Amino acid sequence: MTAKQELKKSIIASVWFMFLTFPIMVIKVNTVTHTIDWRWHNMALVGIGSFFLSMLWRYLLKKKEEGGKKDKKAGLSFIQRLLQEKQFALPGILIITLITILFPHIFSMYQTNIMTSALIFVVLGLGLNIVIGLAGLLVLGYAAFFAVGAYSYALLNLHYGVGFWIALPIGGILAALFGILLGYPVLRLRGDYLAIVTLGFGEIIRLVLENWNEFSFGPSGIKNIPKPGFFGIEMSMQTTTIYVFYIVVLLVVFTIFVINRLKNSRIGRAWVALKDDEIASQAMGIDKAKTKLRAFALGATWAGMAGVVFAAKTTFINPASFTLWESVIILCTVVLGGMGSIAGVIAGALLLILLPEYMRDFGEFRMITFGAVLILMMIFRPGGMIEDVRKTYKFEK
Amino acid sequence: MKPILEVKSMTMDFGGLRAIDSVDLSIDKGQIVALIGPNGAGKTTFFNCITGIYTPTAGDIYISSNGAADGKNERINGLKPNVVTRKGLARTFQNIRLFTSMTVLENVMIGCHAITKAGIMGAIFRGASTKSEEKLIVEKSYLILEKIGLSKYVDELAVNLPYGAQRRLEIARALATDPFLLLLDEPAAGMNPQETMELDELILKIRNSEGISILLIEHDMKLVMSLSEKIYVVDYGKKIAEGTPEEIRHNPVVIKAYLGEEVAS
Ligand SMILES: Nc1ncnc2c1ncn2[C@@H]1O[C@H](COP(=O)(O)OP(=O)(O)OP(=O)(O)O)[C@@H](O)[C@H]1O
Ligand SMILES: [Mg+2]
Repeated sequence: MTAKQELKKSIIASVWFMFLTFPIMVIKVNTVTHTIDWRWHNMALVGIGSFFLSMLWRYLLKKKEEGGKKDKKAGLSFIQRLLQEKQFALPGILIITLITILFPHIFSMYQTNIMTSALIFVVLGLGLNIVIGLAGLLVLGYAAFFAVGAYSYALLNLHYGVGFWIALPIGGILAALFGILLGYPVLRLRGDYLAIVTLGFGEIIRLVLENWNEFSFGPSGIKNIPKPGFFGIEMSMQTTTIYVFYIVVLLVVFTIFVINRLKNSRIGRAWVALKDDEIASQAMGIDKAKTKLRAFALGATWAGMAGVVFAAKTTFINPASFTLWESVIILCTVVLGGMGSIAGVIAGALLLILLPEYMRDFGEFRMITFGAVLILMMIFRPGGMIEDVRKTYKFEK
Repeated sequence: MKPILEVKSMTMDFGGLRAIDSVDLSIDKGQIVALIGPNGAGKTTFFNCITGIYTPTAGDIYISSNGAADGKNERINGLKPNVVTRKGLARTFQNIRLFTSMTVLENVMIGCHAITKAGIMGAIFRGASTKSEEKLIVEKSYLILEKIGLSKYVDELAVNLPYGAQRRLEIARALATDPFLLLLDEPAAGMNPQETMELDELILKIRNSEGISILLIEHDMKLVMSLSEKIYVVDYGKKIAEGTPEEIRHNPVVIKAYLGEEVAS
């Protein structure tokens, strides 16, 4: 394309934007004097701004197209190559371990709390990654399983005095049962149909929790859920916070370990095969129903365990913590981070939870930024931040 | 000796359309049989019925257990595709259906799914049995790829393969399921003459070295005539002829059905 055409396109874009934003950027009604302020300088700003942005936009798109033609191997990003280097594995793990151990001692309780929440979302993201990233089942009501876990602990504790450590596996198992319960009727569904049904399922769980007062105490929720105990030792507020942080870290490590193993196993490969082509995978002897149900159950298990930890951390839960918005955020961490990629999902979850947290000062703008980042990612890196790289196997004769 | 696959007056209706009309077919152990016919004759539908993707409207499909010449008769109508595969029937697809996000080796490893059994716990704890099972299927997949002539692509993503290699990978993947009958749906489609010749050799090799029977759908008459021992011709869902290549070549009904298409080559 010639420079002249490029200029013309950008000018059209900027004029269009000036027109679109005219009512909000230029006109301002002065309610005191009942007059209209015409802020023409804003219009100029919008015009110039969108002109340059549109130039930049097309430049990046063009670069991306050229990049796409390159050899696949060379196309691996810096981080992907770093992750594959064996020699960096040990030092990398050591550094990360050190940082996590020291984290609550260096930073304030406030920071530690935020980090704990973010790590809970890492677990949720990794769990959903089984369902979406590996098995390719677009589940939109994932927060429902999170709720099942949280309410399992809260209610079991309230009625039977069940402690955190016993509730943790129970929460996971109950969520898994709900996963199978949801999975069974939707086995035939794929893609957007599945998304809609699971979205409905998520809403049903939330509505039940909100309205069934005798069971779940409705919107007012459940208070005074005990924090995790440590052999019955009394702990100060601060120690408990650190303790919970470490529990979540352990859960994250456990999750990574399990999912990494699952991913490169017979089951994991069957999930990916089902995602790629259902008919071909059945022709290869994969039992579609069984394999899908396993994905649903395992994905839900992690949400359930994350739910138990969440209830223990916040000591108070109500249905407002398990809305569609949570489901969407978890979905975004998977999509943004990189479907199927463990490192990607971790990065995605940390970014999506921490960034808005630290951008509270920006108020309304943080949601716009959030949306913009998502759209840009989908255009420029549709595979996510850290794309999944398939394992290769060695064979010596 | 009795056939390893016997189809008896099988019919398949799609609403008002009769895609297969009371077709009989039988294959003996170690035989290469071709199923030919003009476009839309119902060949792929025939495969889909045998492999469990569709349940035939009427008729019976029998296999001889484990493909043994003296096996027990088993009726496989209406079984799920994965069950049919486990019984020893493997297929390739006319419109290539590889697992695109996986490597070539993993594609073949998936083929071993039916003959392995590690479950969730096996995957998580990765005990001795899981480890040896994994090792076994990696080894097996490598050997199959070597045999099919794809060893240079092992770690490549399946999508990045040239077209001819993708077709061969479909065959490799099917072989990994340890079949006694291989159903090939237009394996030469889109191949150049050189590749087709290699395919000819490959199919013979598979049959000769492992005694796997082959049912072949193909439009390339040269390939069909050189490979097959028996040919079935279908048109509009009906079987119009059956016989040796020589008989088919001179059958006036077949020539008429193919009007315009070249049979005698
Ligand atoms: N799922 C289906 N639903 C309805 N009609 C179908 C279906 N599958 C196949 N048909 C019809 O059945 C007939 C046979 O199709 P089929 O694909 O078996 O032909 P074919 O012999 O494999 O042709 P080709 O050589 O072009 O591959 C066609 O008329 C087709 O439109
Ligand atoms: Mg066909």
